[in-house]
Amino acid sequence: MHMDEREGRIVKVSGPLVVAKGLDGGRMYEVVRVGQYRLFGEIIAIRGDEYSIQVYEETEGLGPGQPVLRTGEPLSVELGPGLLRSIYDGIQRPLDVLARDFGDFIVRGAERPALDRSRKWSFVPAARAGDKVEPGDILGEVQETELISHKIMVPPGRSGVVKEIGPVVGTVDTQVAVIEGPEGPFGVTMLQKWPVRVPRPVRRKLHPKEQLVTGQRIIDMFFPIVKGGTACVPGPFGSGKTVVQHQLAKWADARIVVYVGCGERGNEMTDVLMEFPRLMDPASGKPLMERTVLVANTSNMPVAAREASVFTGITIAEYFRDMGYSVALMADSTSRWAEAMREISGRLEEMPGEEGYPAYLGSRIAAFYERGGYAVCLGGGERTGAVSIIGAVSPPGGDFSEPVVQATLRVVKVFWGLDDKLAFSRHFPAINWLSSYSLYQEAVDESADALTSGKWSENRKRAMAILKREAELEELVRLVGVDALAMEDRLLMQAAKMIREDFLHQNAFDERDTYTSIPKQFAILRVILRFYDEAKEALAKGALLEDILGLAVLEDIARAKLVPEDDLERFDLIERQAVEAVGALAG
Amino acid sequence: MKLGIPDAAREYRTVRQVVGPLMLVDGLDGITYGEIAEILLSDGSMRRGRVLEVSGAKALVQVFEGTSGISPSDVKVKFLGKGMELGVSPDMLGRVFDGFGRVKDDGPPIIPERYQNVNGTPMNPFSRDYPNEFIQTGISTIDLLNTLVRGQKLPIFSGSGLPHTRLAAQIARQATVRASGEGFAVVFAAMGITFEESQFFVTDFRRTGAIERTVLFVNLADDPPIERIALPRMALTAAEYLAYEREMNVLVILIDMTNYCEALREISAARREVPGRRGYPGYLYTDLATIYERAGRIKGRKGSITQIPVLTMPEDDKTHPVPDLTGYITEGQIIINRGLHTQGVYPPVDVLPSLSRLKDKGIGAGKTREDHADLMNQLYAAYARGKNAKELAVILGEGALTDVDLAFVAFADAFEDRFVRQGEDEDRPIEESLRIGWELLTLIPRGELKRVRDEYVDKYLPR
Ligand SMILES: Nc1ncnc2c1ncn2[C@@H]1O[C@H](COP(=O)(O)OP(=O)(O)OP(=O)(O)O)[C@@H](O)[C@H]1O
Ligand SMILES: [Mg+2]
Repeated sequence: MHMDEREGRIVKVSGPLVVAKGLDGGRMYEVVRVGQYRLFGEIIAIRGDEYSIQVYEETEGLGPGQPVLRTGEPLSVELGPGLLRSIYDGIQRPLDVLARDFGDFIVRGAERPALDRSRKWSFVPAARAGDKVEPGDILGEVQETELISHKIMVPPGRSGVVKEIGPVVGTVDTQVAVIEGPEGPFGVTMLQKWPVRVPRPVRRKLHPKEQLVTGQRIIDMFFPIVKGGTACVPGPFGSGKTVVQHQLAKWADARIVVYVGCGERGNEMTDVLMEFPRLMDPASGKPLMERTVLVANTSNMPVAAREASVFTGITIAEYFRDMGYSVALMADSTSRWAEAMREISGRLEEMPGEEGYPAYLGSRIAAFYERGGYAVCLGGGERTGAVSIIGAVSPPGGDFSEPVVQATLRVVKVFWGLDDKLAFSRHFPAINWLSSYSLYQEAVDESADALTSGKWSENRKRAMAILKREAELEELVRLVGVDALAMEDRLLMQAAKMIREDFLHQNAFDERDTYTSIPKQFAILRVILRFYDEAKEALAKGALLEDILGLAVLEDIARAKLVPEDDLERFDLIERQAVEAVGALAG
Repeated sequence: MKLGIPDAAREYRTVRQVVGPLMLVDGLDGITYGEIAEILLSDGSMRRGRVLEVSGAKALVQVFEGTSGISPSDVKVKFLGKGMELGVSPDMLGRVFDGFGRVKDDGPPIIPERYQNVNGTPMNPFSRDYPNEFIQTGISTIDLLNTLVRGQKLPIFSGSGLPHTRLAAQIARQATVRASGEGFAVVFAAMGITFEESQFFVTDFRRTGAIERTVLFVNLADDPPIERIALPRMALTAAEYLAYEREMNVLVILIDMTNYCEALREISAARREVPGRRGYPGYLYTDLATIYERAGRIKGRKGSITQIPVLTMPEDDKTHPVPDLTGYITEGQIIINRGLHTQGVYPPVDVLPSLSRLKDKGIGAGKTREDHADLMNQLYAAYARGKNAKELAVILGEGALTDVDLAFVAFADAFEDRFVRQGEDEDRPIEESLRIGWELLTLIPRGELKRVRDEYVDKYLPR
């Protein structure tokens, strides 16, 4: 039998891990094809002549003696027009195409290119013959969806003088330009490949400070995130991590959204697939799907591909950033990614660290979030782009002291801690306002205060102080009953309740409540605080608390979150009514 | 022989080690990961095993019936060259099988239509259809407040000594899709249950005729524990056949998943793997997901698989790995409450922490009834308020309660007594659950009915 020099043999199979010999010259992270079914795998450790391979598909039926073929390529993704609206598995196999060609269940060895080779795109040049171009320079554009113009860039590491370029209608493989490089001419197509484990380069990183508006009140006003920022959403099961991630994927004002379903439910991906084409982007009025790329490696799909899914997602995100877009990446859940690493590490018999996770858990998590950021892209024109990362974390038993939450908190700048008790009492989003934080708050305050003459941060600080005080008073009430509280304190508890129920509480499934613009968020909080100020004054002047709490205007404030976005003057009216009604009580 | 590809079953007498449920066989050639082996003992009996790891000429084999009585020198291991399979056929309905899918009742053998690998293949997420059709269980606390929909996985979290077995049997008997002309079947997968419980299920299903539409897989408490690892996969393979090839809506009840997880822990310990929390293996989440994610619906196909996994929480602790990881995979949970059970309420479903995450898409006009969502929210809120008021009364005395609070307290009591409580043979259609719900709302002042639209109050609230 002919033995290819790139062909080795399996010596061991243990779950998703295969060990092979005879792969001399094989490199770390090189893709190999394993066994009779030619399953996809990746070299992840080399010890002497033994190559450990994580296999991205079910390994049943593999055994010693079966062939392993080197491909010479690292695990890479295809980048080019056609990414948007796609749904991929963890190693970028197009799930819609697999369903069409192989049926409703994922068969082993199924293989299709990530980008459709038959689809035609119309390339409009931006560069001209004779232009000197560097990596990242934009050669031209393709209108990929109604929302997004896809920039065709000079690939990293290449440069020269444009020799030929012109409008072309063709597939991703069609040559759109010829560049005379230092080592001779080379053609550029609409397709780039990039190894997923290597961050795509930028010219330089910048400090992110522009707010990423999410339309979620507790996030935008209390714990904001910025374009190019990093955030985590840890919480026990059922506390609302996925709903937060979906809400951000829907409403965040990013130009591109990459949603990675990493080891979670199939039905949640279906939910996105069915809903996003119907939902309209508030900024453009176009279907949200037009700006979205989905990576779905659900919990029952192979764990090794789950490990890769996060890298596949972030590489796609970086590619759109390089075009100068603000990209938001959601990863639900990074715990499942960490568990995939743990499983592979265990099979490699590496020395386990905390709770069996590999010792490099922390550095892998840090390196992942580090790929987010706000940056000047490669190429001319000081173009900037951003990748914001929002990772869900699913700690066992809801215990935040476990390794994945802790390693994540060391790197991310925003912590939205989900709380079992809030979820239990159906206060959603169940983000705990006392323990959560955002290190971007100052940056956001600076620009928001400029527009609101300082009221933005002032109102938030006041609201926060009220909530903190409420927590203390609640302790007291538990001991001695509400009757023992002074009237001012009872009024404060009312104000806190209004902040919680009328502002922080936000029903993701109510059409009118699911998204709130920044001016409206500001208005709701303003009205609540104004009511509180007036009521405090009235109380001091002898008004009865009962009467204050019985005011009909409270009902109007409670419904203020449902006021349509195009009717924000209504808030002035509600505020006036509140002032008048309370004032009348003070006599 | 072609290199590396198993072409026939081969026999070996080269068992080198036996540890716990594991056996190490040496001197092998062409053995593959995951393949099934028959282990022949000197007394003529046969056990089954599965290859957990192959390395060079060695294979680690997990023995489903355990290794007791095995001596390395007098066993013969025959590798079958294929993974674990189940012979499927429509004749499975009405029959009882063991954890390997072998006939366990005294009926005739099943002649399989074909054999199917039991590990299944993952459903392509793109092919899934969103679960949004109501399944009626005849249990008010589920149908009205925690609605189950086709393709969902909704576990029951219980504790030892609580009547979850009876509830599971009741659901198996009563569950139905209401659209006419749609097939419905139940696959009942029992792991590590007692002989008595098993008798109870079988006689109960026979008595009520439910057996006709049911396939039972039973592993008893004194059956080999490792067999429990195969059982749910056998059951789900049967379910997939009935759902996707026979176009039936299949409800799979998996009881008790805690026993399943313990079997997995035993294997993991014998392999000396780095243990995760409470000794369960680190891959427990993934392993459970390969079971639970087999629930679902497929676009353009008629059948569906809905799962109700039942588990007992050790020490009633929801953060124990088994309920915790289950909760992380399933779409909600039904919680059984010890307090209600002590009060004599059957079924003791604690509606406040229970939640069906997919309920909203399966209820309303055309599915159940227009007022369903409103009534559900109102009952939930009123019960929560009544329970709160009761707690307050415990601390501060009844005197601290207002009249309205007292009305809510009365409501909460009546709710437990008339809505939560129902007979073990009482199969309540959704209309009946809705009726009782509205009737209970008469106990609280009409002005407090803030979650239901006025038009529904006018239409449905009894005067
Ligand atoms: N903002 C919200 N508005 C209304 N309901 C919500 C909201 N957030 C969460 N919920 C409710 O909580 C349920 C659970 O939320 P979600 O699926 O996001 O939890 P999770 O933290 O992702 O859980 P898991 O870890 O099991 O995936 C939802 O099905 C919904 O009923
Ligand atoms: Mg989730």
